[in-house]
Amino acid sequence: MSSSPPEAGALPAVTSAAVAQAPLWQAAPLTLVLLGFFVFPLLATAVVSFWDYTEYALIPDFTFRNYHEMFQGCADFSAGGCTTLRTYLSTFRLCVMVWAITLVLGVAVAYFLAFCVRSDMLRMTLFLLCTAPFLTSNIIRMVSWVPLLGREGAINRGLMQIGLVAEPLEWLLFSEFAVVLAFVHLYTLFVTVPVFNSMLRIDPRLLEAARDAGAGFWRTLWHVVLPLAKPGMVIGSIFVIVLVMGDFVTVGVMGGQQIASVGKIIQVQMSYLQFPAAAAQAMVLLGLVLLLIIALTRIVDIRREL
Amino acid sequence: MLTSTTSSAVVLGNTLLSPQAKEPQRRGIIELSGVTKRFGDSAAVDRLDLRIAAGTYCCLLGPSGCGKTTTLRLLAGHETPTAGDILLDDQSIIGLPPARRGTAMMFQSYALFPHLNVLDNVAFSLRMRGIGKAERHSRARDMLSLVEMEAYLTRLPIQLSGGQQQRVALARALVTDPSALLLDEPLSALDPFLRGKVRSELKRLHRELGISFVHVTHSQDEALALADLIVLMRAGRIEQQGEPEALFDRPRTAFVARFMGGHNIVRRAGRAIAVRADRTRLGYAGLAANIVGIEYTGTGFSIALKDAEGEEYSVLQPEITGLAPGQAAHLVWDRADERLLDAA
Repeated sequence: MSSSPPEAGALPAVTSAAVAQAPLWQAAPLTLVLLGFFVFPLLATAVVSFWDYTEYALIPDFTFRNYHEMFQGCADFSAGGCTTLRTYLSTFRLCVMVWAITLVLGVAVAYFLAFCVRSDMLRMTLFLLCTAPFLTSNIIRMVSWVPLLGREGAINRGLMQIGLVAEPLEWLLFSEFAVVLAFVHLYTLFVTVPVFNSMLRIDPRLLEAARDAGAGFWRTLWHVVLPLAKPGMVIGSIFVIVLVMGDFVTVGVMGGQQIASVGKIIQVQMSYLQFPAAAAQAMVLLGLVLLLIIALTRIVDIRREL
Repeated sequence: MLTSTTSSAVVLGNTLLSPQAKEPQRRGIIELSGVTKRFGDSAAVDRLDLRIAAGTYCCLLGPSGCGKTTTLRLLAGHETPTAGDILLDDQSIIGLPPARRGTAMMFQSYALFPHLNVLDNVAFSLRMRGIGKAERHSRARDMLSLVEMEAYLTRLPIQLSGGQQQRVALARALVTDPSALLLDEPLSALDPFLRGKVRSELKRLHRELGISFVHVTHSQDEALALADLIVLMRAGRIEQQGEPEALFDRPRTAFVARFMGGHNIVRRAGRAIAVRADRTRLGYAGLAANIVGIEYTGTGFSIALKDAEGEEYSVLQPEITGLAPGQAAHLVWDRADERLLDAA
């Protein structure tokens, strides 16, 4: 990618103008891919979000109808707020729970791998083992919870057999619990990997220096390890927040189509061919998630890590 | 370091230090008796007995893998001995955590906390002891002025040079007022010019504090320059210990003579003797050898020789008139300069 001109006389046939353009040509393929598959769809969504629609037609227009309908009644708290607001609150609730649990689990696993495992060989083996579930699709990983958690599932049968419960527990499946469980299962690795990467860069002598200074395990963790692992924690948090905020499959399957989420609204609107409404929802969601990411990156400079 | 600070006295823990104080109270008697440390089947430290008097600058010297760093870590409490006892000022410190031993360690490459500034790095151990912000910062400041780093309080370690980082690490180790300062290869990360400067600062600090320093190094120059007591280790045991002059002038074994350098080892009638290279001369009758190289050392010349069996020797002379590589020569020395070596 270097743009420094070749030595004089090294390439006599190449003019200086062509040399100056070379970096542009080198960057062109990726630029085209990003334009075609990222910028254009995003712009199209933004444009469509201002269109009008009927039951059977999309009408190119410039109207705020979709945004207006989305926030209709949102100022009226006596009726419990609007659907949009309640859905966002429910999604945030899920997101915060999943984020907190994956962060604790991810940091614990990463800490174990980075500092408790002494041999590099074993460390990498265990790390690859962590990624093994990703060899199956996430739908299969999700669905495989059903025989375990269902009314007639293994856990309920076991609990009834040992007499702990008289009737099957209803909240195990198709509940918020099940959704959070599935999210944690799916996304903990997205926290573990960047945190592990951050922790591997911590000189183990710093832990000894902390011990020498009289810090026990928890204070070493709090005062030395976590501050130094912060970039990894922020990157992992961004993964989890983005994935959970936009999800509709896990919420649908594990929540038994009973739990509201923003992704679910968009999916439903799409299925009724209300593309402009869905596009407007998507734009608002995008804006909110971007704000969250900006807030997180204000806390920690993650460019240092990349 | 201290004499050039503007303040006339620096409070170090409860010891009042001033440039005028000639004799600080000496502390830090270290005793190791029968200390063994095994890693699996191999003994890194093997039945080590060592007594270091109060206020001694002790250098643990030896090649890599000789157990010197393990010994230091056993003293610091970062390793637990398999057997034996360790005493500091007549108290057994086995089983005590590092912070309650009265030792402080300065790590190789310093291990400063990269996310904390200089002041917070030095105050860290006081913070862990639950000392309030105002007091720990004032004590950390005193320490930093002792090492002449008071102008860099808010810098992060990455914004400091190697020599400055070293001073901060030293202040961090000394802030808890230890009886023994443990230094793990403290000079190895510095360039040679700085090394000499820091060496004299370490020595001065040692004089002013009156505590024991235990300094691990693989450089015999460093040990000779700094130590009151050199402990030369080999394969987990002490090969020879003593004052620098004694160790250099009267090596007990061929290993010591070779490691300390500057000696020729001559085998004669089944025994080996060592003769210092600067006491060996070239003459007309004596040990026959060929000159293989001549190096100018500034103060004179170092002549490398090899005999018929391939043994190598060196001779230090002020003049080399008429000598050239390839010539045959004879090594001579005074009988009084011979040191009979143990068979080991």
